[in-house]
Amino acid sequence: MSTFKRLASGGMIDRTQTITFSFDGKKMTGHGGDTLASALLANDRLLVGRSFKYHRPRGIMAAGVEEPNALVSVEKRPNTPATTLQLVDGLAARSQNAWPSLKFDAGAINSLLSPIFGAGFYYKTFMGPRKKSWMFYEPFIRRAAGLGKGSYDPDPTRYDTRHMFCDCLVIGSGPAGLAAALTAARSGLRVVLAEQDFEFGGTILSQGDEATRSWRDAVLADLQEHKECRLLSSATVQGIYDGNHAVILHGNTLESLRARTIIFATGATERPLVFPNNDTPGVMLASALRTYLNRFAVSPDASVVFATNNDSAYQSAFDLSAAGVAVTVADARKTLSGDVLARAAQAGVAIFPSSGIADVLGNKSVRAVKLSGTRSVTIECDAVAMSGGWSPNVHLTSHGGVKPVYDETIAAFVPGHLPSGQHAVGAAIGIFGTLGCIADGEKAGRAVIAQLGAQPPARELARPAVAADKPYVILPVWATTLKKDKEAFVDFQSDVTAKDVRTAYQEGFRNVEHMKRFTTLGMGTDQGKTANINALAMMAELRTQTIPETGTTTFRPPFTPLTVGAIVGRSFHKHFRPIRRSPLHQWHEQNGAVFIEAGLWQRAWYYNWAGATPETAYIKEMELVRQNVGIADVSTLGKIDIQGPDAAEFLNRVYVNGFAKLPIGRARYGVMLNDDGLVLDDGTTSRIGQNQYYMTTTTAQAGEVMSWLEYLLQCHWTDLKVHVASLTDEWGGMAVSGPKSREALQLAFPGVDVSNEALPYMGVKDIQFDGVTVRLMRLSFSGELAYEVHISADYTQSLWEHILKAAEPLGIKPYGLEALASLRIEKGHVAGIELDHRNTLDDLGLGKMASKDKPYVGKELRFRENLQAPDRWSLVGLELMEPEKKLRGGSILFSSYDEIKGHGRGYVTSVTWSTELQKFIALGLYQGGLQHEGEEIVAAFPLKNEQAKLKIVSPHFIDKEGARLHA
Amino acid sequence: MRIPCPHCGERDVHEFRYGGDASKKRPTHGSGDLKTWHDYYFLFDNPKGAHEEYWQHVLGCRQWFSLKRDVAKNEVLK
Repeated sequence: MSTFKRLASGGMIDRTQTITFSFDGKKMTGHGGDTLASALLANDRLLVGRSFKYHRPRGIMAAGVEEPNALVSVEKRPNTPATTLQLVDGLAARSQNAWPSLKFDAGAINSLLSPIFGAGFYYKTFMGPRKKSWMFYEPFIRRAAGLGKGSYDPDPTRYDTRHMFCDCLVIGSGPAGLAAALTAARSGLRVVLAEQDFEFGGTILSQGDEATRSWRDAVLADLQEHKECRLLSSATVQGIYDGNHAVILHGNTLESLRARTIIFATGATERPLVFPNNDTPGVMLASALRTYLNRFAVSPDASVVFATNNDSAYQSAFDLSAAGVAVTVADARKTLSGDVLARAAQAGVAIFPSSGIADVLGNKSVRAVKLSGTRSVTIECDAVAMSGGWSPNVHLTSHGGVKPVYDETIAAFVPGHLPSGQHAVGAAIGIFGTLGCIADGEKAGRAVIAQLGAQPPARELARPAVAADKPYVILPVWATTLKKDKEAFVDFQSDVTAKDVRTAYQEGFRNVEHMKRFTTLGMGTDQGKTANINALAMMAELRTQTIPETGTTTFRPPFTPLTVGAIVGRSFHKHFRPIRRSPLHQWHEQNGAVFIEAGLWQRAWYYNWAGATPETAYIKEMELVRQNVGIADVSTLGKIDIQGPDAAEFLNRVYVNGFAKLPIGRARYGVMLNDDGLVLDDGTTSRIGQNQYYMTTTTAQAGEVMSWLEYLLQCHWTDLKVHVASLTDEWGGMAVSGPKSREALQLAFPGVDVSNEALPYMGVKDIQFDGVTVRLMRLSFSGELAYEVHISADYTQSLWEHILKAAEPLGIKPYGLEALASLRIEKGHVAGIELDHRNTLDDLGLGKMASKDKPYVGKELRFRENLQAPDRWSLVGLELMEPEKKLRGGSILFSSYDEIKGHGRGYVTSVTWSTELQKFIALGLYQGGLQHEGEEIVAAFPLKNEQAKLKIVSPHFIDKEGARLHA
Repeated sequence: MRIPCPHCGERDVHEFRYGGDASKKRPTHGSGDLKTWHDYYFLFDNPKGAHEEYWQHVLGCRQWFSLKRDVAKNEVLK
């Protein structure tokens, strides 16, 4: 026995095109213009899913994005409503949430258990007997209840991102949207018309009316003539953000659209009625039946029973009746308008006033309904159409924080007062007639034209030749006094019944937000588009409040489920964020470097010449620098050119130590603070000329320091004549380090005097090499005799190669980041990891650097009481006392008498093997710092259940006197 | 949100960095005691509405400037 069928003629489908698709492996056919849902109905396939909690059989309820039941998986993408899926050849859809099969679902046992599966059931039942019970039960429950399964495989779809602008965004292409878009387009405005369906037309597609359809065709043709107008179908506006910023999913492209004005022609969604077994497959929204009939030429086989509380359902009833289906209407209202009665009589539609549906008979599809009310009769039927009235789609108008307001006359929420530049029109504000919608859309189009100062079109829009709009009369009825309410569904997708709403009330979850969380109402992928108003109206009635007093839950983007891939676009893997490469990157690649990410930078971590693993290689590279000479890429350092007559004064202000008297040709190590007195960064600054300085910053803080200097100069010290320019990308740098580094430079620059007298420690000189300026700076990060050699990025590689070649007889080789960082630990130099913006100068052992004689940024707040406390965590050196154990960065430090628990007294920042001391050493921050020098403490690494004994020592492990630096 | 850079014109907010309250005057360098600096650095009004603030066109011309923004609506007021 069939219940649904495809009509021989009619509809907007392309019968010349036959499309083959499959559902749960079964092959079927449909036509061009079908959705998966309409094709399934045309194949008389009613049962398409099982419900979330009780595994009840579910069918197709709606014809659009509001569909709560008919969710399918396509190509591993779960939870797509069959009603929004355009039928394409080879489409293979699968049902969800049923095991082992849709017809026989083992989980349906839950449905027999439904008395105990009510709202709050999980939380209450599985909380005992022990505290962790919920943790134990949760995975099992999650497996039993749930929607489609996601995939761990990469999404094969390629998504894109697009940034666009327009004068007027029109959302929705029903009569109001089309009218608004054409009016605005005719004035020459740049219009974007976004329609979530793959066809333009909105409700026009659902009406069988020829005159309206030709009007739609004419408007679309006219719009296409306007080159500045973009018509987007399959384009869902997912969110509206500050400044009329719309985010639109258009196919697989996420469009970020800045609209000067927005017209919301978003239409309305029909509400279901709440009666027992209203979730039986074959119980559908009245308007959905009309859509399937008029747009897809799919109809119930022979008979339909309507249940309604308003006039709109009669349009569907009369259309179905005209298509030869026997129609009976149960209307909740006692008196009906003469017009409705007359047309019903003419169409042969039987009406039961003051009636509703007491029960639906049939398991996997509707067999009959029992009416309630004046006459209790049972009527056999193929389908049930329900209409609980219409809720304007206020979602998008609310994203900006405009709360919807309740309109008694249509018993629904409408958009609140929208900011200027936004208009809501048509059904979105409760205008339900075609002509009314067109007039309203045109009015909003003209308002936008006036606001933007465009030339309004001379003539009015043409109107379709249709009868005057019928009034919309509704008697709201809510299911508060329902018997058998545990099988009367309010939220179909989340399996929330009328009884659950009552339970929420009884248990005190009476605020709508509490009710939502207690019952899970509106928390499904449909976000309760058909459910929310029914539920909150029930709650209002239970609380004997008005609906506006009870209020709505908050509408948040996205409007329909949005796959994460669309948000990500192409920004994943290597495109997740920008990659920065040093000018020596290619050389490193070709010469055996292994790279490591450091912030955005790709840095040479270690080189193959030294070993195959970082653990072995960095030690070889360290030995090279301590005993001979190595060369390292330091191009990532922040490099800032500072020029101007007040440059000295400027530097003297930002550094804690004095810079006013730095002579030309000398560099100085400096530390700068934030205004709050905490350390911002360190580095060296060289005086190149009378009014020119060259600052280096740490790699990590390069951007921050640059911005900070600009801030001080541009916002506050506007009287200082100083200009700063970042050279970080324009210049490259290399450190030549080790006892033989001077020899290396002599070999590389034969004519240049690099003797200790000509270029002493902290000496700087610019030399010309092959006609290019090379900046030699005698700076050391490693603690050895060392130089930094900086040069324009264009020449960095050739200079690097030149030094390597010239100093080859000395055995010079490159060393990487791991060795660079380890050498500085031995020397006790702080780096990015210790400079975490939470430390004072004293914490880092740098307090003596600060000038007592001059003001500097952060000086005042540096002396805050708490920053002076003697038990602050401050820098210590650490030696591992148990050589067989492992010491890890991030280990928590405890005193030897502490219980190993909690946050401890500090932590290890940096660890290395010391080639000089032949043991593991570390830097760390410890409560009280070097007051505890010589004490034995404990490093704990709870994640690996490791503990090791350490000794607190001076952070300067080697060459405390600095003899090597000055050699 | 779009931000009017005085040098480049209106640009997307992602090109800018926020620089905090611009309604307070920074104490002159070298003047002011701990309390002056404490109040300058730590005490801010948190108005719902108009707020004078610093922004830098950090991914553009790098100009710092101040503007007035309605922080409730994210509307640039001048």
